[in-house]
Amino acid sequence: MATKSKSPRKDLRSPDDTPDPSSPDDPENFRHGLLRELVAHLRENRTQLREVWARNILDAKLLSAMTKEEIYSEVTSVYDNYVEVLETGNVDALQAYARNLSERIIPRGVETHEVISIVLLLRDVLARSLFKKYQHDFNLLNRVLDAYEPAANRIANTVAVSFVQERERIIRQQQEAIRELSTPVLQVRERLLILPIIGVIDSQRAKQITEQLLRAIRQNRAKLVVVDVTGVPTIDSTVANHLVQTVEASRLMGAGVIITGLSSEIAQTLVTISVDLSKMTAVGDLQGGIELAERMLGYKVPSAEAAAKA
Amino acid sequence: MQVPILKQGSYLIASIQSVLSDADLVQLRDALAEKVGQYRARGVIIDVTALDVIDSFATRTLRNMAHMLNLRGADTVIAGIQPEVAFAMVQLGLTLEGVGTALDLEEGLAFLDERLKSHARAGA
Repeated sequence: MATKSKSPRKDLRSPDDTPDPSSPDDPENFRHGLLRELVAHLRENRTQLREVWARNILDAKLLSAMTKEEIYSEVTSVYDNYVEVLETGNVDALQAYARNLSERIIPRGVETHEVISIVLLLRDVLARSLFKKYQHDFNLLNRVLDAYEPAANRIANTVAVSFVQERERIIRQQQEAIRELSTPVLQVRERLLILPIIGVIDSQRAKQITEQLLRAIRQNRAKLVVVDVTGVPTIDSTVANHLVQTVEASRLMGAGVIITGLSSEIAQTLVTISVDLSKMTAVGDLQGGIELAERMLGYKVPSAEAAAKA
Repeated sequence: MQVPILKQGSYLIASIQSVLSDADLVQLRDALAEKVGQYRARGVIIDVTALDVIDSFATRTLRNMAHMLNLRGADTVIAGIQPEVAFAMVQLGLTLEGVGTALDLEEGLAFLDERLKSHARAGA
């Protein structure tokens, strides 16, 4: 082994011509030995390293959404998890913890970059402490870092991915919730439906609304539909075209559409982008729309006074 | 596949039962144009309830058919377009402009009655 070793390890850092001090017949075993040593070192200096890390976090003004005490307590758990992963190489526990942590901190407005910075800070703090410990033996330091770096990067990766996954899960959940409470189609009279639209309409929602409306038209044998857009804040050409499509599709099913609640801004937008609204009947507000629809369907609704006189 | 054309009072009812080829549609158009004259029909209902696809050619033919029959003196209404079909048609930009539409056969009959009444009022 004193000559040039053709070891399978692709070790770019350590010069090939130096003999291996611990005679690594099995490089894996050797690495494990180093990791064990590393873990022991990190356990020993747990309190001090944790302090340094927490201070770094505070100095970098990360996690501003959390109090100092919270940061300290989370730091402790993350540190212990981190060391455990270094020891066992098994990221499952850390992954679960990271998910759980993300679930707690995402609603408080913690950003992705903060989480990643924090994990990288810990990696650097630990690396510094390794530098300090092994500074006298450059070769050994190299090997320790060889063992440490992939594991540390893997941890950083795991935490970041867990955080982003958790965030995506929350977004999906919220989208689901919005869809659920989306758009009721209500029958107010025989053959008359109202469809109050509230909130922003995107393409997917517009499609859903149209499908729902068409199904309701068939189910209730509707002749007229009053679509109320009072709750729609803004409108663009895409949304306007969706509205036109909804009206057209309803007409193909034999139902007329009355649009109500077009605000002055929306009306202006529609004229500016020159959407063809000639096929739409528009009435100022929902009340007017329903009154018109009743007249068109032949309902006569006397006012209370007229009814009293009669 | 021939489309049966039924006479019901002063109306003709063409009930499409299965998918039609382009040639079938053209044939239906010619048959209707002829029967409208033969029976002196005042209204025509084309029932498409059974169709689950209405493509651009079918749309164009139906529209032309309706305009043609109007010129021959019969109001025309397309009845029974399915929700999915309506949605797909609108997405493809096919809108049957200027053609009466109704939910189903019953609605179609009511639609024609209404039309004839308003014509009668206009004439009086």
